[in-house]
Amino acid sequence: MKTRLLDAVEKKSLKKNITHFEIGDTVNVRYRIKEGEKERIQIFTGTVIARRGRGISETFTVRRIVAGEGVERIFPIHSPNVVDIKPVQSGKTRRAKLYYLRKRVGKAVRLSQRHSEHTALK
Amino acid sequence: MLMLLGKKVGITQVYDEAGKLLPVTVIQAGPCVVTQVKTVENDGYNAVQLGFDDVKASRRKKPESGHADKARSVPKKFVREMRLPDDAEAEYKIGDSVDVSIFSEVEFVDVTGTSKGKGFAGPMKRHGFGGFPKTHGTKRKHRAPGSIASHASNAGHGAGPKKGKKMGGHMGCEKVTTKNHRLISVEQENNLLVVKGSVPGASSGYCVIRSSKRSS
Repeated sequence: MKTRLLDAVEKKSLKKNITHFEIGDTVNVRYRIKEGEKERIQIFTGTVIARRGRGISETFTVRRIVAGEGVERIFPIHSPNVVDIKPVQSGKTRRAKLYYLRKRVGKAVRLSQRHSEHTALK
Repeated sequence: MLMLLGKKVGITQVYDEAGKLLPVTVIQAGPCVVTQVKTVENDGYNAVQLGFDDVKASRRKKPESGHADKARSVPKKFVREMRLPDDAEAEYKIGDSVDVSIFSEVEFVDVTGTSKGKGFAGPMKRHGFGGFPKTHGTKRKHRAPGSIASHASNAGHGAGPKKGKKMGGHMGCEKVTTKNHRLISVEQENNLLVVKGSVPGASSGYCVIRSSKRSS
């Protein structure tokens, strides 16, 4: 009863269609940013290294290397400011959380390509 | 002033139009039944008695049932009065049903509930005392209240501590009102009020929701 009512409230803030993506995928995240009055859309590209939470509080972490420095951004999946998520390349992983990538530098950061069926390649 | 009785469902988050994530409390409010209308002539003041949440059939007492019968209703678990100004026109009739739609135009609400019980709490938790240093020779009195009074203390008008001296004791489980919660949405089909921030008490605790004096 309690969860049913809470879900009913949450549901209005949830997005209906979320692109399928997996841990290890390289994704383009388009998100809205506000600069004073103006709004524009920025793209953040990187590897999905974690996905956590559920319902409205679900988030995913995207990591990329900028000028030799690792940069991570955590996006709330259901935020209206995250316009869309587009997987561009899939990576082969054996873990749900790729935190080990943080210790790696250079070529070791790359994940080998996945050859199985996956929406990212479609 | 508008008033409704309800039950705290729980807390969650919702996004607003600006894409900001807001912490909200969901309250199941009403429908309440007007079980009695008090008037200046009869009772010396104007008020309506609201009831919320049915008592199950096997637990109903005859006097309570009799009282509820007048409103063609059943005894309610949570009954509170809404005070009306003495010169107010009779807005409600006995037996009327009041639901969340009365809050459709309201922007801010006050919520009164019973806070979570904390048991016997020390002065640090109960009154925010600073305690004593963890080190530098402090022994067995890290969270102690310190001096309460002196033997000849004037503060106590003679020996003994002054009345109302802040000490350890029972904390929580008392009536608390939090004011000016922004009303995020009113959901008619489930009788829900979604208010910003946290309201007193545990989930499934009863609470009273009133429209605030604050306009915007």
